Amino acid sequence: MSFLTLQHISKKYGEFTAIEQIDLEIERGEFLSLLGPSGCGKTTTLQMIAGFVTPTSGKIMFDGRDITRERPEKRGMGVVFQSYALFPHMTVDDNVGFGLQMRSVKPAERRERVAQALDLVRLSGLGARYPKQLSGGQRQRVAIARALAMQPKLLLLDEPMSNLDAKLREEMHIELRSIQRSLGITTILVTHDQVEAMTMSDRIAVMHRGRITQISTPFEAYERPQTPFASSFLGKTNTLSGEVLVRNARCVEVEVAGLIFDVPHEGRSMKGRVNVYIRPEKVRLTDHEAVARTRGRIATCVFLGNQWLLEIETGLGKLSIARPNFGPPPPAEGEEVGVLWDDDDLRVLEVEVSRGHA
Amino acid sequence: MEKNGFIGLAFNALFLTFIALPLAVVMLVAFTDKGFISMPFDGASFRWFKAILNDSDILDAIWLSTRLAFVAATIGAVLAVPAALAIARYRFVGRGALTSFFLSPMMIPAVVLGIAFLRFLSFLHLSGSLLALTATHVIVVLPYALRLILSAAVGLDRDAERAALSCGASRFTAFRRVVLPMIKTGVAGGWLLSFIQSFDELTMTIFVATPGTITLPVAMYNHIEQTIDPLVASVSAVVIIGTVLLMVLLDRTIGLQRVLIGDAR
Amino acid sequence: MATLENDRAGVAPWLLSSPALLLFVVLLFVPLLLTLMLSFKVFSDVNGIQTTYTLANYVAVVTDPYYGAIFLRTAGLAIAVTLLSALLGVPETIVLARMRKPWQSWCLLVVLGPLLISVVVRTLGWQILLGNNGLLNNALQALGITSEPIRLVFTMTGVIIALTHVLVPFMVMSVWATLQKLDPQVEWAGLSLGASPFHVFRRVVLPQILPGVLSGSIIVFALSASAFATPALIGGRRLKTVATAAYDEFLGSLNWPLGASIAILLLIANVAIVMGCSRLAEQRFKHIFE
Repeated sequence: MSFLTLQHISKKYGEFTAIEQIDLEIERGEFLSLLGPSGCGKTTTLQMIAGFVTPTSGKIMFDGRDITRERPEKRGMGVVFQSYALFPHMTVDDNVGFGLQMRSVKPAERRERVAQALDLVRLSGLGARYPKQLSGGQRQRVAIARALAMQPKLLLLDEPMSNLDAKLREEMHIELRSIQRSLGITTILVTHDQVEAMTMSDRIAVMHRGRITQISTPFEAYERPQTPFASSFLGKTNTLSGEVLVRNARCVEVEVAGLIFDVPHEGRSMKGRVNVYIRPEKVRLTDHEAVARTRGRIATCVFLGNQWLLEIETGLGKLSIARPNFGPPPPAEGEEVGVLWDDDDLRVLEVEVSRGHA
Repeated sequence: MEKNGFIGLAFNALFLTFIALPLAVVMLVAFTDKGFISMPFDGASFRWFKAILNDSDILDAIWLSTRLAFVAATIGAVLAVPAALAIARYRFVGRGALTSFFLSPMMIPAVVLGIAFLRFLSFLHLSGSLLALTATHVIVVLPYALRLILSAAVGLDRDAERAALSCGASRFTAFRRVVLPMIKTGVAGGWLLSFIQSFDELTMTIFVATPGTITLPVAMYNHIEQTIDPLVASVSAVVIIGTVLLMVLLDRTIGLQRVLIGDAR
Repeated sequence: MATLENDRAGVAPWLLSSPALLLFVVLLFVPLLLTLMLSFKVFSDVNGIQTTYTLANYVAVVTDPYYGAIFLRTAGLAIAVTLLSALLGVPETIVLARMRKPWQSWCLLVVLGPLLISVVVRTLGWQILLGNNGLLNNALQALGITSEPIRLVFTMTGVIIALTHVLVPFMVMSVWATLQKLDPQVEWAGLSLGASPFHVFRRVVLPQILPGVLSGSIIVFALSASAFATPALIGGRRLKTVATAAYDEFLGSLNWPLGASIAILLLIANVAIVMGCSRLAEQRFKHIFE
C-alpha cells in the first residue's frame, strides 16, 4: 500500500475543468515532482493534497486514511508556498514555532526544535528578525524551516524557488535535496522548471491540461518521453515527420524525406504517419562522407561556454545540434558539414490526432 | 480567504440595512400624501415634489448650489492639475510640506474652517459675496481633486513620454498629446468628486452663507431646525437621486471603487 | 520615485503649484492666522470686539466648568462613536473581503456610497427614525418590546447612533485598504500548520489588520469630535459639543474671540491627536510592513 494515493481525482470549476483525471501513487520517503507548464493543474493538485481545495470526485488516501474531505489543519502536512506566506507580524522564531504552538508543544521543547529547524536551513541566529528584514533567499529558508519544524509526514512545495535568482536557485536545489534525503521525508514538488524537477526528484510526473501524461524517473522521462508533449517539454528535441514502412522485431523502418531510419519501437504499435525525435546532444558532426547520414550547411553557430549550439540546414529540415566544448571549435557559419547519429538514440511516436487542442 | 458563513452574511445584511435605513426612510416619506411626516403606505403622491417647484427659496438654493459646485469644481480641477504634476514629477525641497498643505483642509475641522473664513471675509467686508463663497468652496474641494489627479499623475508611465520625445515631439507637445490624455480620467473623476463635495458642503458653509447666498444644504438645515415636514424629505429624495446619478457617472469615468477606496489592485 | 527631471527641479514645480499655493496662502493660511489673533482679543457685550489682547478667552474655556462639560461630552461622544464604528465596521469589512465579485462591489457601494450624500439628508433620516413618533419607536411598540416611546432624539444615544452611521464608512475604508494588502496564502499557511480557522483569524489575520483599525479609529475620532450637523440636529440646543458651542458663540452671542478660541483649541486637539496617534501607530507597526 503506497503512502499517498490519488484515485480518479478530478476538479471542475463550473464549466471549467482544471483536473480531468489524476491517478498517482507515492511511496514513503520518495521525492516526486509534478512538472508541467502553467495552467496544467499541478498547483491545483497540490492544493487538493493539502486540503485547501476539495476534489470534485475521487479519493485521496494518506497513510491508510481517507483524507479526501479532511480539513487542512488536521492533515499534518508541511506546505511551502510560492510567495512563502510568512507571518509578517511575527519574528522568524515565532513563525517557525507556530506549528509547534498549535500542537501545544511546551515552550522549552519548542525553542529547541525551532533552533534545530533553523540550523537545518542554515539560518541560525536570525530568530529575532522580522520577515521584512530578510532577503528573498532567507525568507524562503524560513518558510522551509517552518514547514519542517512540525516534523510532518509529507512535505509539499509549490514552486518555492521561482522567485529566486538563477544562482541561488541552483544552490537551493542541491540543499533541499540533501535535507530531504537526510530526513527521509516524503516530498512533492510542483514546478514548471524541468531542470529543477530532474535535479531533485526520484520520479517526475509530467502534467498537461489536467492530466498526468507520464510518471517515470528523470532519466526515463528525458530519454523515453511517451508523448509528443513530454518530448518537447523536457529539454530540446528535433522533430522529423515520416511514414512507417515496415515493422520488424525490434525496430520500425521509418522513411523521412528519402532517408530510412531504424528506430526501436519498444513494443508499441506504430503505423502510418509518425514523428521521429532526435535530441540535439545525440547528433554529431563529421567530415567523413561515408559515415554521415546526411549533409547540410551551418546556419547559426552559438557558443554558450560549456557547449556549442548549431543549427544545420539539411535535407531533413533544420537540425539543432549541441556539441560539448571539447576539442577544436566546430566549423564556422556557412560551411558545409556532415551529421551522424545512432538510430538507437531515436524515439518514434505516432502523430497525436488532434483532439481539439494543439 | 475563507468563505463567509451564515453568521457573516446575516451580519452583513443587518449592517446594510442599518446603512440604508435612514436613506430609505427619507425616500419613502417624500412620497406621502399627508401634510406631516408619515409613510406613504396608505396614500402616496407627488404633492411634495410639486411643492418644491412652488417654493422659490428652495429653488433658488438648488440653483445656487449647482452653480457654486460647478464653478468651484472647475477652478479646483484647473488649479489641481499643475500642482499634481509638480508634486508627481519633481523631487524638490518642500515637496512633502506642499502636499500636506494642499491636503490640509481635509484635516481641519469644518467648524474651524467656517469660523476662519467668516473672520477673514468680514475683515475684508466681503461677507455677502458669491465670489468669496466660491473661493472658500475651492479650498474645501481642492484636496479631493488633488488626491485623485495626483494618483493618476503618479501612476503615469514615464516611458510613454520619453518615447514621444525620442520621436521628436517638443516637451510641450509631449505634455499635451501624451500626458494630459493619460490623466484625463483622474481629472474627470476629480472634478465630479469636487462637484459632489461642494454641493453637499454644510458645516463650513453655515458660517459663511448669508441670506443672499444660501446653498441647498444650509437651506435644508435651517428648515429642519424649525420644522420637519415632508417638503424637506422630498428635497432630500431629489438630492439622493441626483447623487446616485452622479455616482454612476463617476463610476463610468474613473471607477467608483478607485474614488472611494484608492487604487484598485 | 523616478522623475522626468531628477536634478534640474529648480523653479518649475513651484511655478506649477503657484496658483493653488497663492490661493491657499491667502484664503487658508491668512484666515487661520487671523482667527488665531482674534482668539486673543477682548470682547465686551456692549462694544463688541476691542483691539486689546488677552488670554482671558482661553482661560475661560479651559477653566469654566461649563466648557469643561462640553469638552468631556464631546470626548465621550467621540470615544463612543469610535468604539461602535470599530465594533460594527471591522467585522463588516472582513465579511466584505470574503465575498465574491459581483456581490462584493454592490455591497461596498451601499456601504461607502452614503459618503457622497449630504450629511443633512442622512441626519434627516435619523430624525424621522428616532422621533417619539418615529419609525423606530412605532416598530418597537408594534412588536411589543416597549410600551412607551423611548426618547432617542435630543439624547446622546441618538447622536451616537446617527454619528456612527455617518462615520462608519471611514472605518470600513481604512480596514479595507489594509485587508487588500494581505497575502491570502498566509491564511493557508496557518491552516497547514495546524491552526483552526478561528485560530488563524485571531493569530494571523487580526494582528495584520490592526494598523487599519487604528488609523480608521483615528479618523473617526477626529471627525466625531469636530462634528457639527449631526449633534446640532439630533442632540439639540441643550446637548452641546465643541463644534456647536463654537457656533453658538460666533453666530449666537456674537462673541467672536471666544468662539475663535474654542475653534483654535479644537484645531490643536485635532491635529495633536491625529498626528500623535499616527506617529505611535507607525512606530509600533513599522517592522511589519514595507
